[in-house]
Amino acid sequence: MKLETCPLGRKLDTHKMELKDKLVSSFMAFEEAFDVDTDIHQLRSDAIKEFETLGFPSKKDEAWKYTSLNSVLKHDYSVFPNKEDAIDYKDIKKYLIHDIDSYKLIFIDGIYSSHLSQTTHDKIDVCLMSSALSKSKYKPIIENYFNKIVPKNSGLNALNTAFSKEGAFIHIHDNKSADMPIQIINFSTGNESALLVQPRNLIVVGENSQVQIIERHQSLTDHPVFTNSVTEVFAEKRAIVDYYKIQNDRDSASLIDNTFIEQKDESYCFMHTFSFGGKLTRNNLNFYQKGERSESTLKGITIIEGKQHVDHNTLVHHTSPNCESHQDYKGIFADNSVGVFNGRVLVDRDAQKINAFQSNNNILMDDKATINSKPQLEIFADDVKCSHGCTIGQLDEESLFYMRSRGIPLKEARALLMYAFANNVMESVKIPEIKKRITHQIALKLGVKLGFDL
Amino acid sequence: MLKIKNLQANIEDKEILKGINLEINPGEVHAIMGPNGSGKSTLSSVIAGKEEYTMTGGEILFEGEDLSELDPEERAHKGIFLSFQYPVEIPGVSVTNFMKASLNAHRKAQGLEDMPAKDMLKMIRDKSELLEIDRKFLSRSLNQGFSGGEKKRNEIFQMAMLNPKLAILDETDSGLDIDALKVVANGVNKLRSEDNAVLLITHYQRLLDYIVPDFVHVMVDGKIVKSGNKELAYELEERGYDWVKQEKSV
Ligand SMILES: Nc1ncnc2c1ncn2[C@@H]1O[C@H](COP(=O)(O)OP(=O)(O)O)[C@@H](O)[C@H]1O
Ligand SMILES: [Mg+2]
Repeated sequence: MKLETCPLGRKLDTHKMELKDKLVSSFMAFEEAFDVDTDIHQLRSDAIKEFETLGFPSKKDEAWKYTSLNSVLKHDYSVFPNKEDAIDYKDIKKYLIHDIDSYKLIFIDGIYSSHLSQTTHDKIDVCLMSSALSKSKYKPIIENYFNKIVPKNSGLNALNTAFSKEGAFIHIHDNKSADMPIQIINFSTGNESALLVQPRNLIVVGENSQVQIIERHQSLTDHPVFTNSVTEVFAEKRAIVDYYKIQNDRDSASLIDNTFIEQKDESYCFMHTFSFGGKLTRNNLNFYQKGERSESTLKGITIIEGKQHVDHNTLVHHTSPNCESHQDYKGIFADNSVGVFNGRVLVDRDAQKINAFQSNNNILMDDKATINSKPQLEIFADDVKCSHGCTIGQLDEESLFYMRSRGIPLKEARALLMYAFANNVMESVKIPEIKKRITHQIALKLGVKLGFDL
Repeated sequence: MLKIKNLQANIEDKEILKGINLEINPGEVHAIMGPNGSGKSTLSSVIAGKEEYTMTGGEILFEGEDLSELDPEERAHKGIFLSFQYPVEIPGVSVTNFMKASLNAHRKAQGLEDMPAKDMLKMIRDKSELLEIDRKFLSRSLNQGFSGGEKKRNEIFQMAMLNPKLAILDETDSGLDIDALKVVANGVNKLRSEDNAVLLITHYQRLLDYIVPDFVHVMVDGKIVKSGNKELAYELEERGYDWVKQEKSV
């Protein structure tokens, strides 16, 4: 009864504290399973201390001004799932890009599922973080790359590092290319009433190497799931990384995706993020360009409805000259949905001759939908070409009338306009099956048959 | 086919159409001429069902049916086509895909399946040849970066694809050079039959040399002030509109 009289804010803060305390005390049990005499143990112990100090972000943090985690943190999440759940391939097939050959790293409630996965050690390593962290042959790679580019000032990153145990480990050796795309998929079954999963991925792409990666987080029931994932990607000289994130989860699932990419000379990295569902999705996507003539592409399509919330928080940090970055995020927001775009471009003084482009265009379908769009350009070099643009609009009435006068019903006309609006982001998608799938998803999201093949 | 009786229409409480009467029968070509701002585009938009305009009086019947309650797409399905004075640019949708969406929407309204892709492509090829439209054009975004003339030609291409009962051409001739004008006129004339009708809106008599009207109406200040045969167009060309206005006020 007493709780009822508490002001709402304090009640929620209490939830936050409870979860934080629970996580900190779970850490000891977690660590008992490991050899304490290793470097990784030290990393984890330091990280839990950091999390204890920093805690979860709140709206008081500038970077979280428009995204509150309160509604996500109110659940009593299990940190260690009880048992591995057997899932049949047929139940999850639709969440895979199943019509292409691919390597698969599939995790169920955070636990690796060998029977659904397809790994390799032939020329390239596509395997598990748990083995990379424990086997001596991976020690040099782990020492060189693990936790090297994860920003230190974030409680969420620290929390993930403290519990880092499982995830994807991908190492493409120099002068090799992955012969087929790699899918990393995290399922949650809902066996726990509420589950916190913290995948930890490390992707190292050697000199002159290439890889394509597809990542997805998918809940299979309506029990609350909170995913706090950290992915580090290293693109060595002339490496090409083509990465796709497909976010189309249930309204009970929230995701904080922290992805950090370091690029060396003449490397090309493409990130496409498709955000079509989930309760709350936050993408912290940081690119660190540390070599000349490298290029980064960040593109996203967000189409959400109901009370869904998608926040793109990007950083491109140019430290070397003669580089490019392209950001293009499109958003369509219906009902009470909320979008946030915070795109930061940082150009160091020595990073001359940089081309940095950023655009964020949004359509609000309803009066109650909102978008907060904020570009942040911090440029310390003088010979730099930077542009940014942000638009927020409704669908153009004259265009709608034009289409209707040609017999296209209002609903289809709106869909066609929205499809066209988002379409240019699809042009850089290099895997045709993804293009087809996403286009189909967009049509489904918009609730129409478009009257032509896409 | 089209019967307009005492039509009055407003936009944002401004009275624009002040009692229009017009009757168009199958097989006929009517031309409406008149000075800028007299309400010609408003009339065509109201017939096509643009929602910004409010009909405050009168009625519009199409084949005996009251149009006022119908959506623009329903009017299109019934066979009304408006060639826009200012066609809209739609980035990201190619001419071909737009045409497919449009044609299949018409078919769906008639209870037909989508047109097979092969037939669709053949039809698109035939009609684009008729309008002398380059194939490359068809994969470009609709009207985006098109010249004024290209936009108008593309409107008539769409008309040819849809084969409407009533085609309203709002200043389709403006922005066309003489060769393009002939091509467009030829496209329109190909469509003409005993069952179809055309309403031409134009400033200039020169289009009427190629698409010969049965009736010419003069619109001034939201009203049709004079009607006649094609000779009236020549008279207007020579004498301007002032004499009509004066005649009206007498
Ligand atoms: N959307 C609008 N809002 C306000 N006034 C309009 C609008 N559209 C047209 N008008 C006015 O209605 C009158 C008739 O315009 P219009 O139908 O375009 O004439 P025309 O096609 O004969 O040149 C003009 O005075 C014009 O300013
Ligand atoms: Mg006009």
